[in-house]
Amino acid sequence: MKKPEIAIVGGGPAGLSAALSAVRQGAQVMLIDRDPVLGGQLVKQTHMFFGSKKQYAAIRGIDIPQKLLAALQEEGNGKFDPRVNTTVLGCYDDGVLLLEKEDRAELIQPRKIIIATGAAEKMLPFPGNDLPGVYGAGAVQTLMNVYGIKPGTRVLMIGAGNIGLIVSYQLLQAGVEVTAIIEGAPKIGGYLVHATKVRRAGIPILTSHTIKKAYGCDSVEGAVLCNLDEKWCAVPGTEQSLAVDVICLAVGLTPQTELLWQAGCEQQYLPELGGYVPLRSEKMQTSLSHLFVAGDAACIEEAGSAMVEGKIAGLFAAADLGYAENVEALNETFSRELEELRSGPAGAKIRQGLSRLKGGAQVC
Amino acid sequence: MRIKDHPIIDFQRGKQVTFSFNGRQVTAYEGETIAAALHAAGVRVLSHSHKLKRPRGFFCAIGNCSSCLMQVNGEFNVRICITPAREGDRVEMQQGRGEIVEKT
Repeated sequence: MKKPEIAIVGGGPAGLSAALSAVRQGAQVMLIDRDPVLGGQLVKQTHMFFGSKKQYAAIRGIDIPQKLLAALQEEGNGKFDPRVNTTVLGCYDDGVLLLEKEDRAELIQPRKIIIATGAAEKMLPFPGNDLPGVYGAGAVQTLMNVYGIKPGTRVLMIGAGNIGLIVSYQLLQAGVEVTAIIEGAPKIGGYLVHATKVRRAGIPILTSHTIKKAYGCDSVEGAVLCNLDEKWCAVPGTEQSLAVDVICLAVGLTPQTELLWQAGCEQQYLPELGGYVPLRSEKMQTSLSHLFVAGDAACIEEAGSAMVEGKIAGLFAAADLGYAENVEALNETFSRELEELRSGPAGAKIRQGLSRLKGGAQVC
Repeated sequence: MRIKDHPIIDFQRGKQVTFSFNGRQVTAYEGETIAAALHAAGVRVLSHSHKLKRPRGFFCAIGNCSSCLMQVNGEFNVRICITPAREGDRVEMQQGRGEIVEKT
């Protein structure tokens, strides 16, 4: 059984950053991802990132993995072992991971594990939500931005958070009509800069609106919308029908914590952070000392903070193995980066969630 | 349904491959998944629910949701949204839950 010093599950922004951080400290890292290419969901993010330069602001998401991988190749010194097309099927309480690649199983026993499995999209219950033509926003991005295929011709976007707004804009760039963006809450959840952009392009954003049903025979032919009152109840008589062939769901994400549950990590339900999240220290160490966590698997945030959490997890996983050079100074820098990202009104929800996390990370 | 001009992305499409879907010839570009190629060819219904036989389509695109399970070259329950299309593949809509076929 192979015993890598650190195994990282998930090669998205958090996992790649964790790998780089640990390798820089001198640790040997195996980075495992089920996809054929590393980068996670960054491979479909065509928009430029915000935040500070350290988190690749003003660089398009699709260009970030190459930068991290180039640094890993350069600084890896043979200590970086990427494993693509490889799925982690099990994470056991004795620290053993079960990997599957091309129908072959392999057990490994890493000394430290960093779980950076990201998030899954939330579903919205309404009649007809199983019809072909109802997509998760991630699937629409995959079709458009990875394969260059239009999801359809007329789209109803559900959710005016950042993903709903950004994907609407990306649909326009791909030459697809977006009929409307609807949002159940009385106000837009995403950044104003994204909302302004789509509004300027002529897409109406209807707040306090929800979808009552999707209709169509073998695929979506339209949707019935209605208004919501301040108690989120449908207002009778406000129904309107919209002829669309695509309904795109952008109603939030939830951490992918299956492996953490299986390993026996303690978790806590915190809606502000996206659902059940693992308890962890400010070192991103879970209730099991060999298991660390980073990115959306720890708390639904943005790629920028996922990358910084990755750096912290990588730093401390390596430090636990004795690669402890300069840990305090580096941690101070990384913690300050996180603090900056979470400051201001956009980070209020995250700060509140983290402050309620039991034994959790320290908040600014 | 393929995007030709895009302000940001320059789609580098590989060489064309042809596979069969329910006996009909479908063209894909190398590197494309079977599901993406079917979508580009206008195929919306990918499977049916077991109990009520309701149509199921392209939903998650990352191998999570089981909405696109098909039989590929005899193997059942292949997640076609993460399976690259290869020249000569035989892809069929799956009836029922499928069987486990021993690989040789």
